[in-house]
Amino acid sequence: MFNKKSLEDIADEEKKWQKLFNEYTLKAPERLKRFSTVSDRPIKNIYTPLDIDDLDYSKETAFPGIYPFTRGVQPTMYRGRLWTMRMFAGLGSAKDTNERFHLLVNEGQTGLSTAFDMPTLMGYDTDSPRSRGECGKCGVAIDSLKDMEILFAGLPIDKITTSMTINPPASILWAMYIAMAENRGIDRRIIGGTIQNDMLKEFIAQKTFMCPPKPSMRLITDTVEFGTKEVPRWNTISISGYHIREAGSTAVQELAFTLADGIAYVEAALERGLDVDAFAPRLSFFFNSHLDFFEEIAKFRAARRMWSRIMKERFKAKDERSLWLRFHTQTAGCSLTAQQPYNNVIRTSLEALAAVLGGTQSLHTNSLDEVLAIPTEEAATIALRTQQIIAEESGVANTIDPLGGSFFVERLTTDMEEEAFEYIKKIDDMGGMVAAIERNYPQMEIADAAYQYQLQVDSQEKTVVGVNKYVNEEEIPIEILQIDEELEEKQIKWLNEVKENRDNNKVKEVLEKLGEASQGNSNLMPVIIEAVKAYATEQEITDVFRDVFGVYRDPGVY
Amino acid sequence: MNKERRVRVLVAKPGLDGHDRGARIIARAYRDAGFEVVYSGLHQTPEEVVQAAIQEDVDMIGLSSLAGAHMYLFPRVVELLKEKNADDIVVCGGGIFPEEDIPKLKNAGIKEVFTPGTPLTEIVNWVKENVNPGGV
Repeated sequence: MFNKKSLEDIADEEKKWQKLFNEYTLKAPERLKRFSTVSDRPIKNIYTPLDIDDLDYSKETAFPGIYPFTRGVQPTMYRGRLWTMRMFAGLGSAKDTNERFHLLVNEGQTGLSTAFDMPTLMGYDTDSPRSRGECGKCGVAIDSLKDMEILFAGLPIDKITTSMTINPPASILWAMYIAMAENRGIDRRIIGGTIQNDMLKEFIAQKTFMCPPKPSMRLITDTVEFGTKEVPRWNTISISGYHIREAGSTAVQELAFTLADGIAYVEAALERGLDVDAFAPRLSFFFNSHLDFFEEIAKFRAARRMWSRIMKERFKAKDERSLWLRFHTQTAGCSLTAQQPYNNVIRTSLEALAAVLGGTQSLHTNSLDEVLAIPTEEAATIALRTQQIIAEESGVANTIDPLGGSFFVERLTTDMEEEAFEYIKKIDDMGGMVAAIERNYPQMEIADAAYQYQLQVDSQEKTVVGVNKYVNEEEIPIEILQIDEELEEKQIKWLNEVKENRDNNKVKEVLEKLGEASQGNSNLMPVIIEAVKAYATEQEITDVFRDVFGVYRDPGVY
Repeated sequence: MNKERRVRVLVAKPGLDGHDRGARIIARAYRDAGFEVVYSGLHQTPEEVVQAAIQEDVDMIGLSSLAGAHMYLFPRVVELLKEKNADDIVVCGGGIFPEEDIPKLKNAGIKEVFTPGTPLTEIVNWVKENVNPGGV
């Protein structure tokens, strides 16, 4: 980016400056022995043109909307349209969550995002013995299409897009959404949204399990194929780094493992015989935005550049949209503290700002009480307002990629890309991500990083305000949302009513048909849709899958 | 007291909650402190936890929960230990709990409850002081 002569001058000047810096530190030493990011990456005292003299602007950075998309996937980015403000919500019954959705839409939210309770996430109905004590606790309880109908009642699902954080039973919940739309007279070609449907990161990090990795990949590939042909506005996988980071990974591990998962999904779809450009534009991503401001911004920029290179060079994609890494971001839940919870508003603001400066397409900002429970309405509103202030008051959305060209950010972007590609090479050498997971490789890399970080916090090498520094003896309690303990009983009663009022012969028949189809190679989505339309429950369907495909048990490594 | 024997601990994740970052860090910290550690892995029923504890002849069970089902799961483990005449096994818990649940958990027989931000050394020291190897 600079000519040779001026680089030589800068090198001379930097030498002089470093001498000056060292003289100062003789009098007053640096305040830390070692400066490093939250991921323990060492950081230099200054970055200059010399740190980016190997980078070619056109090849590495380029313009937004132009390969390799480091500065953004759209030519206009936030000058055209702001990111989607999409707050993750789900609590109690379908009716409770429907009320929260209406509130958020009325407050200016522009997309819906659904959190399910643990039984729904794991593919159990509320009346399963394994579901005891869990109903509606960390999301909404959905047992059948009836619940899905109540969940979206009165919401304009033909105009607003819906994200559903659901993994092992993603095909079933998606089928319920499609069926719900069709029962309202809305064509499946019209509806838009995302299912997370990323089982690889479940095995690695979030750990909602149903079947082993290989049949899980088959179910995912079925949804990709079905979406490509029948539900063209749907993102059938949200390839997620969020949970990898929450489990304690470094920023580079988040980047590397997420893209390695993406590679595995692309390979599976290609093996199915799909054309790369037919499905790749509907793959989307989901990242964490943690507290280390510049490292996060660099991570987002590196992710875009890496994915476009992978798609173009490795998979020979031709459609430009196949090269775009479009992503949702959530601020880091694991960075929030139960101590002095109002400080979480500040943490979330910084993380949200990093996501915006990193060019996210959509954003969830955590609520200050999210570390303790599902957010109250007041806390969720403050979190949404945080995004609105960044978008409309701070001015950061006035120009595209305002940190592009920063010596520091460009260097970090390139370093993180290189390190992440090294990880991807290692995983390729193991035979790809499924094989790496079977060897517990990413799981153990993350466990190492998480333990290291905890030791650094305990030794105060890393500061957590209010926890290991600036501690208040007296904590002021905040209001916490409590889920009705009677909900479980009510939901079970309701589930029984649904089962009594449906055609049980029809249900039996379609479940048998699903069992047979599961043993074959045909795409399972049409028969899953048929099953949910007959009001088969979630677990009635997952039991078929567990029966045919087997059950995955946590290897319990630490 | 049998000084030859090291403390044996079962770190367990009851329920459907998949947040295992804390449990796995605790398991490592116990191991590094010289305890014998058994980790249950995820998604155990209270019955499975108690069965493992008896089978492995542990001195303590450390339960972890971060998804709100602790008020059912934790007391259920204590109850089952009593039923099996194994209530000499100390039970403690860690995770995210509303403030008002903590005394209720202690009343239900959970000997100590650790919340986010507790240093590992504090937890390890508590075990050293409160759990006797061999259940003596």
